[in-house]
Amino acid sequence: MTLTAPAGKAVAAARPSSARRAWRTVSPYAYLAPFFTLFAAFGLFPLLYTAFVSLYRVELQTPGDMEWRGLGNYAAVFTDDYFWLSLRNTFTIGVISTVPQLVMALGLAHLLNYRLRGRTFFRTAMLLPYATSVAAATLVFAQLFGRDFGLINYVLGLVGFGPVDWQTGTVASQIAVSTIVIWRWTGYNALIYLAGMQSIPSELYEAAEMDGASRWRQFIHVTLPGLRPTIVFTTVVSTIGATQLFGEPLLFEGSISGGISHQYQTLGLYMYEQGWGFFHLGRAAAIAWVMFLLILVLVGVNALIARRRSRKEASR
Amino acid sequence: MTAALAAPPSGSGTVEDDPVPVRRKRSRAGRTMHGGRLAYALLILAVLVSAFPFYWTIVAASRSNADLAKVPPSLLPGPNLMRNVEAVMEEADIGKALLNSLIVSGSITVGTVLCCTLAGFAFAKLRFRGRGALLAVTVGTMMIPPQLGVIPLFMLIAKLEWVNQLQSVILPGLVSAFGVFFMRQFLVQALPDELIEAARVDGASSARIFWSVVVPIARPGMAVLGLLTFMAAWNDFFWPIVALSSQNPTVQVALRQLGGGYVHDQSVIMAGTLLGTLPVLLVFGLLGRQIVGGIMQGAVKG
Repeated sequence: MTLTAPAGKAVAAARPSSARRAWRTVSPYAYLAPFFTLFAAFGLFPLLYTAFVSLYRVELQTPGDMEWRGLGNYAAVFTDDYFWLSLRNTFTIGVISTVPQLVMALGLAHLLNYRLRGRTFFRTAMLLPYATSVAAATLVFAQLFGRDFGLINYVLGLVGFGPVDWQTGTVASQIAVSTIVIWRWTGYNALIYLAGMQSIPSELYEAAEMDGASRWRQFIHVTLPGLRPTIVFTTVVSTIGATQLFGEPLLFEGSISGGISHQYQTLGLYMYEQGWGFFHLGRAAAIAWVMFLLILVLVGVNALIARRRSRKEASR
Repeated sequence: MTAALAAPPSGSGTVEDDPVPVRRKRSRAGRTMHGGRLAYALLILAVLVSAFPFYWTIVAASRSNADLAKVPPSLLPGPNLMRNVEAVMEEADIGKALLNSLIVSGSITVGTVLCCTLAGFAFAKLRFRGRGALLAVTVGTMMIPPQLGVIPLFMLIAKLEWVNQLQSVILPGLVSAFGVFFMRQFLVQALPDELIEAARVDGASSARIFWSVVVPIARPGMAVLGLLTFMAAWNDFFWPIVALSSQNPTVQVALRQLGGGYVHDQSVIMAGTLLGTLPVLLVFGLLGRQIVGGIMQGAVKG
């Protein structure tokens, strides 16, 4: 770009047609400039600079002053019991929220794939929770999950169960927080699966039918393999979402420690607590970097499993 | 589960195995199967689960705190909505929050759609050096959560003295790698190369080609991207609560304040939730179909 631009300008005065040609080599970059300027300043730079900041002592009140700490922030994080607790919570809440979510989404997509009356209505209604903000959804569910007067405990009481303490119990509170995630994202994932199902060629089903495969076997041997890329995609997206879960545990009771004994504090919330609760921005940056590496590892594992499974399938 | 009599539900795949196969024509392919009664029952159940929290928000927002502590709870809306709305206006300045959210989400939507259409067009139809590499960087960062960059971002806006000002949320909000990719995929298919060539032969300038050839064709894609961007911007949570405070809040910042434990009146909190959700629900009610289409489109292409 730097080579062609001045050359183009020099010739421009003499012949307008070659000026135009020069402009043609430069103009693509003009189209890209607005996005990449913003991207560099507010997207790429913060991500990379996080690693740098994580090696310094930076206080929230004086974010301009940086004092070299080496790996001190990492040492502080790794020796904090609450870090390991929030790591474990992130993992358990991630599993409790992601697995049922994706399985139910698959089932719903299967149902939505039938020829239905009012299918636009069903699809739109499924997506309604996705349109709600984390904050709004969590505040409503926090109300529903109230220990003494919550509707959920009332209904459980009707069938002779509970009352469950959805706030203090470790398992109960994690289930409650996961419920919010499941509610918000199941419909969205169902639509993604539906889109995947609709792009499976119908000839495959016809062939399976001719071979006398039952509906269930068609689902297992045609639908699921056809959906593999979609399933990998949703798993990756959900894993990333689960790793940085933040709003739900923050607003469930409104405490940045994720419950009275940190019983549902996630890594995202732990990072926020360190940075904006205890003013250790450097330490928060170390946690962000750990989360980033964690996401890389998880996505890598996902990809590995996916590749191994498809290879197994192929060799069969 | 009463439908179990008609079709034993031994797994979602067998729902259609009708005990009286003669009556029903066997369909050719998966996608043309008719939904049975059980399918409708399950879908209606799913709709109810999706919608109930909204209904409950209305119920709780229109009652008093004392009503909510009653056993059995009241399941119908009450008369207190206006009183709760007034209370929440006072406690969390929801009015200002709504206006701020409108400004923030509106600017982000317009800016993002413009930037992404420009870049998407370049990636889709123009030849230039570094195209592959730049696209790879864009797509590669699509999956990285922006939440991981908040600390340097905060230090940056603190240095610029933008803390508590709306541009601190708007400018970072304009960065959408997904949007660039989405517009690229849209234009690769929708915009024929011949059209650009023809316009060039006619002597149209680059800017002119963009405005009078690319944009008209890109419009449906831009509309979908705009809708998705608006909803995402309206609902964005982490960065706004870091960059803004209750003195100059967006809706989500105000809701975080409401849920922060200082307000104890549940019905007032629910009134705030209702007010903060209504605008997106309005958008969704009017354009839900397009949003559904956009998400399914994005899924196939993405």
